[in-house]
Amino acid sequence: MTNPNVVLHVADVHKRFGGLHALADIDLQVEEGQTHAIIGPNGAGKSTLLNVIIGKLAPTSGTVVFDGAILTGRKPYQINQLGIARVFQTPEIFADLSVLHNVMIPALAKRDGAFKLNMLRGLDSETGILREAQDMLEDVGMYGRRDMAAGSLSRGDKRRMELAMCLIQHPRLLLLDEPTAGMSRHDTNTTIELLKKIKSRGMTKVIIEHDMHVVFSLADKISVLAQGRIIADGTPDQVRGNPKVQEAYLGGAH
Amino acid sequence: MFEVIFLQFLNGLDKGAAYALIALGLTLVFGTLGVVNFAHGALFMLGAFCAVLFRQLLTLETVTVDPTKLSPWGAPLEVREPLVQAWFGDFGAVLVNYSVPASIIITIPIMLLVGIGLERGIIKHFYKRPHAEQILVTFGLAIVAQELIKSFFGPNPIPQPMPSDLRGAADIGAFLGMQANVITYPIWRLVYFLFSFAIIAGVFAFLQFTTFGMVVRAGMADRETVGLLGINIDRRFTIMFGLAAVVAGMAGVMYTPILPPNYHIGMDFLVLSFVVVVVGGMGSLPGAVAAGFLLGILQSFASMTQVKSLIPGIDQIIIYLVAVVILLVLPRGLFGRRGVMES
Amino acid sequence: MRAMSRNDLLLFLGFTLVVLAMPLWLQPFGAAYPDLLQRFMIFGIFAVGFNILFGLTGYLSFGHAAFFGVGSYAAVWSFKLLSLDAIPAMLFAIVVSGLFALLIGYVSLRRSGIYFSILTLAFAQMSYNLAYSVLTPITNGETGLQLTLNDPRYLDAAMGSAQAGQPVPTLLGQSLGGFAGFYFCAGFLILAFFIAQRITNSPFGMMLKGIKSNQTRMNYTGFNTKPYTLAAFVISGMYAGLAGALLAVTDPLAGAERMQWTASGEVVLMTILGGAGTLVGPVIGAWLIKYFENIFSAINDTMLHRFWGFLPEGADNVMVAITSKFVGEGWFLTLGLVFVLIVVFLPGGIMEGVRRIAHLFNRQRKSPDRPASQVQPAE
Repeated sequence: MTNPNVVLHVADVHKRFGGLHALADIDLQVEEGQTHAIIGPNGAGKSTLLNVIIGKLAPTSGTVVFDGAILTGRKPYQINQLGIARVFQTPEIFADLSVLHNVMIPALAKRDGAFKLNMLRGLDSETGILREAQDMLEDVGMYGRRDMAAGSLSRGDKRRMELAMCLIQHPRLLLLDEPTAGMSRHDTNTTIELLKKIKSRGMTKVIIEHDMHVVFSLADKISVLAQGRIIADGTPDQVRGNPKVQEAYLGGAH
Repeated sequence: MFEVIFLQFLNGLDKGAAYALIALGLTLVFGTLGVVNFAHGALFMLGAFCAVLFRQLLTLETVTVDPTKLSPWGAPLEVREPLVQAWFGDFGAVLVNYSVPASIIITIPIMLLVGIGLERGIIKHFYKRPHAEQILVTFGLAIVAQELIKSFFGPNPIPQPMPSDLRGAADIGAFLGMQANVITYPIWRLVYFLFSFAIIAGVFAFLQFTTFGMVVRAGMADRETVGLLGINIDRRFTIMFGLAAVVAGMAGVMYTPILPPNYHIGMDFLVLSFVVVVVGGMGSLPGAVAAGFLLGILQSFASMTQVKSLIPGIDQIIIYLVAVVILLVLPRGLFGRRGVMES
Repeated sequence: MRAMSRNDLLLFLGFTLVVLAMPLWLQPFGAAYPDLLQRFMIFGIFAVGFNILFGLTGYLSFGHAAFFGVGSYAAVWSFKLLSLDAIPAMLFAIVVSGLFALLIGYVSLRRSGIYFSILTLAFAQMSYNLAYSVLTPITNGETGLQLTLNDPRYLDAAMGSAQAGQPVPTLLGQSLGGFAGFYFCAGFLILAFFIAQRITNSPFGMMLKGIKSNQTRMNYTGFNTKPYTLAAFVISGMYAGLAGALLAVTDPLAGAERMQWTASGEVVLMTILGGAGTLVGPVIGAWLIKYFENIFSAINDTMLHRFWGFLPEGADNVMVAITSKFVGEGWFLTLGLVFVLIVVFLPGGIMEGVRRIAHLFNRQRKSPDRPASQVQPAE
């Protein structure tokens, strides 16, 4: 790692499923404060790559290093405690709990760590956490819905709340897996606005997406994945003009 | 030494066969309907009581007083004669003698009705509900079934005689060319094992070679897709539930001469069968059968006096112990598939 | 937020009042005698504890009777070896059942869902089988473990407080028979309820609810869910042990049948009937089941004949024949039917029913758009 600004380094990662070479020779460097998009046609290995980063899948070879710590072999909760938060393709939320509690839980994880037996302390006396959660909901424009059961929210609002759940932890790295998948145009646009707002705070993000509109309005850097390999790497303008990318998208996908 | 081991192996077969049959039905229901059926043991118990009921019907007697004869106490002698014998003569007597296997005639329709009734009446409303609620409702049904049986047949075990021709033991050792009278095995247990084997083979053949079975297997693998093909999977699943009930019932009928049935025999077997299913791997039919025999045989070895004196109480807990170890080492059981029952 | 805390206080005070006044308000129901009241308390504790694991954390254990049984045995052993005083017996029972729960929970919680239910069931059956066979020196097998005149009772002997006559558990020398026993148990139920209430409203309790709701999210949110579930398991095991010990205090005879799967099923039913996940629901469920068990199992055919006497000749006999299947020995049949009906029609239990009715009334009075996220059970 020569560049001192690199936070996340996916180094020489291979992943095989039986005979299928899902990821080959992946080398990815994400710099502090940047929004790094990973794009590619369906089946290119985007989700596999994300799952390797987050520790859900173990790579066949290679390592993932985050801020000097090797991520491979760690459990999801340990990876989160290192400062990596994740937004899922379909929002993973606490559907039975209120919106406010959904946001308080991650705040407590940030403050108390992976386990704390604080069972005789009242939730009401957690004024600090409560304030934090309320501010965060205000921030994403959901304060008015704080007492609703999370499961009854619209899809766009669920995503918005899931983002709030990640942001309240002030992660050093935010992973987004197709944050606008299955959303209406309106919901997509509000989500983009929200992500831009986050971006202005200088949070590092890795975003997986195949909606080009989303990618080009957010990304500082783009890596293009096709058939398990990175075929192009660069700024949005560089990538846009790259003939290999056009071939992968126009020739390969359809 | 070899004889001792072989004998224990044989001794484990009949219990293993019962476990395998119950576990097979549990797995069929779980694999096709996705329902965790805690009432499956009750179906085994109901089957066993079909045999009891059949025998009670067969042995209904007429009591006539014969005034020409006197009992030793000087009272007129009561002559009891089973009705079937009065009606059918020798055939009636044979029927009484073979009441246990013959009761399969009534077991199949009864169990089919019970199974289909349960599925249509209650279970079908639980396909989309959480597993915990499926467990709870079937658990409640199991209580209802066993309490009903208790209130009609009483709390005590009711022994069922095996047919007189099938009593006694077969000298398997001599049959295999070994020393005579060393390895003997009760004939009825042999019958039970062969019977189970036939049913298991039948179920597999049915699933393997019929169109119906093919659709069901496809449904086990991917229910939604099969549904999309326009095949009425629900009707087939109802029939599957009925079939599983029949398998459980027949396993129960034939087991009655080995273990006199009482109202809670189902739950006793259910607990063990669930362990069997878990060991075999949830949703795997071959796993259920293999684990059933494996655990039956292990239990038989654990009941040997030599083993018991070495580890007291091992016969009581061996199955659970094996289950715990297997679950810790192989979380999905012996033949488990990925993604079954995992959150 | 402050207001919620006052609600909690009101709930707790109301609950305390209701429990302590039971000998009064249960009079018209014919249930105000100590023996039954003690059982109300004991099974209330059992259900409250079970609810911490099942209602809050979402893990359905089918082997909780094992901890109840272990609590009973531990208490009786404390009476035999240490002292006839109830306090050491309680403490000893809670510690022993807690350790036992730690062991079983550690293994069982490696799996979730149905696998977990089956593992707990397997462990409970294993304990039951062992209690009847190899562990007879500890459990006294089928006869059950009881107090004898020759028990050493080292602590009592050392204090020189030998008791004359048949040994019975005491509290600081006071007898625990009759209503004294009831108030002793009631004190524990109130304490148990208070702790459960604190747990429910604590950050820890919220984590348990989070685990029930979405374990994946909990993991990706940075929580190690294992120690949380294990803590919930051990706590509920200790509750069960406490309940078992109290049963041993009121009736110092511990038998293995307390560990059978039917006993495990009963506590599940209590919790479901009242309303899993609510605070008072499980207690109400336990009370109702024990109350109706008491009434139904006492009914005999003579009483049924009197009840159906208004029917014409013949018809009354038919009705007696039918209804007699559901009472007396047949009480469990009624229980099973209730169980099925509740799960089918009212999976949220009685508390859910109360909530629905309350909601109906609320809507009629005014139509406030009140969200029902944090459900506050009524007293």
